[in-house]
Amino acid sequence: MPTVALQSLQPEFFDWEWLRENFLEEVWPAVIGHLYLSFVSVGIALVISLPLGVLVSRFRRLYTPVLFVTGFLFTIPSLALFAILVTVPGIGIGPTAAIIGLVSYSLLVLIRNVVTGIDSVAPETIDAARGMGLTNSQILLRVELPLALPVIVAGIRIATVTVIGIAVIGGFISAGGLGQLIFDGIDRNFPTLVLTGALMATVLAISADVALLVLERYMRPWARRARGAN
Amino acid sequence: MLGGIIETFQRPTYPGLVWTHVQLSVLATVLGVLISVPVALAVRNTPLGAAVAVNIGNLGRAIPSLALLALVFPFLGFGFTAPLIALTALAIPPILINASTGLREVRKEVVDAARGMGLSEGQILTRVQLPIAAPVIFAGVRTSAVQVVASATLATFIGGGALGDLIVEGFSRGDNAILLAGALSVAALAILTEVIFAVLERTFTPKGLKIAQQRRSG
Repeated sequence: MPTVALQSLQPEFFDWEWLRENFLEEVWPAVIGHLYLSFVSVGIALVISLPLGVLVSRFRRLYTPVLFVTGFLFTIPSLALFAILVTVPGIGIGPTAAIIGLVSYSLLVLIRNVVTGIDSVAPETIDAARGMGLTNSQILLRVELPLALPVIVAGIRIATVTVIGIAVIGGFISAGGLGQLIFDGIDRNFPTLVLTGALMATVLAISADVALLVLERYMRPWARRARGAN
Repeated sequence: MLGGIIETFQRPTYPGLVWTHVQLSVLATVLGVLISVPVALAVRNTPLGAAVAVNIGNLGRAIPSLALLALVFPFLGFGFTAPLIALTALAIPPILINASTGLREVRKEVVDAARGMGLSEGQILTRVQLPIAAPVIFAGVRTSAVQVVASATLATFIGGGALGDLIVEGFSRGDNAILLAGALSVAALAILTEVIFAVLERTFTPKGLKIAQQRRSG
């Protein structure tokens, strides 16, 4: 039973007047809500993925099962996962269910990039660090993780863009954010709201992509220098 | 709960929902391939064109799927066409990116050797470049297909009538059994797509490349 709405489009297709008058009250809070959902989710996912990634890079046998479980979670369509989470007692509709779903979508990319990043550190570098008398935990914190950082940031970029996109669907379970505008627009038979939500979400996702790409480049000064030398 | 889920599966309308979902997904993926691969072929010898294709693809990947559906819908209205077009647009970026990079990553020496053996440009494409790039292109198709199957669920919001209908119905009636029946069907379909493509990927890797991979790993 899909929501039947917007069958008859108003003569005024996009109501600029409405947007000008309601931007601060309706649209801006949705943008902030969307950013909140996305960054809280990626933040929680990062807190889980960093130690898990380090653990996996030390105990290789864990890699296949970890990839399998997170890959499985990644495959479940978001609307289905959100719907299932809502039925779990104690969760219900709202931002909590959305954040749990968004965290589970971030894990695969983040863990994979933490492991790949640590793997990319040359064994000679670690030997040199050991030769300088660094302990294992010092090697991890001062050598391996800093060198792995660009790859980890690349993972954060992919996870953030993915999460901003999926968070739109959170509007269906009343998680707030820009998806809420789209669903409200469908319910209220108001295309301006639908288009505003969709366009803002697109702008947000693309801006995050570009901003984090710049950060990623900035973190590889040696790559820039190498290119400059050519 | 379990009874309610099974009851939903036994509805006379259930096979129709599955069929619409599959139709939408297959058509969108096939259209995505038909649009992306020729574009990638056209730009394969021009670095600028390839860079533009990959960058457009990257930008396209960032667009949220629900936003895409919401954007086409005011212009095309309810029904099958609007979600089909949105899902096709969703399928294009991963295939475009992988096809362009895959074709460009074929080593120059290999192409030169083929040219030295007297192969024409057309023969080089069909016998050398495409087979070598096939696994990469195929990985792109796989990414697209899984994404499209997942996003076809959202077609329900613009009257697409796929399996998302059950999720929305269960949600609005507060009936968890119907909702779970829909969610489980969609999840199963997405995982099935993954599995089918994993099997197909092996068939799409040319024998020569498989031997090379084994040598490298062995």
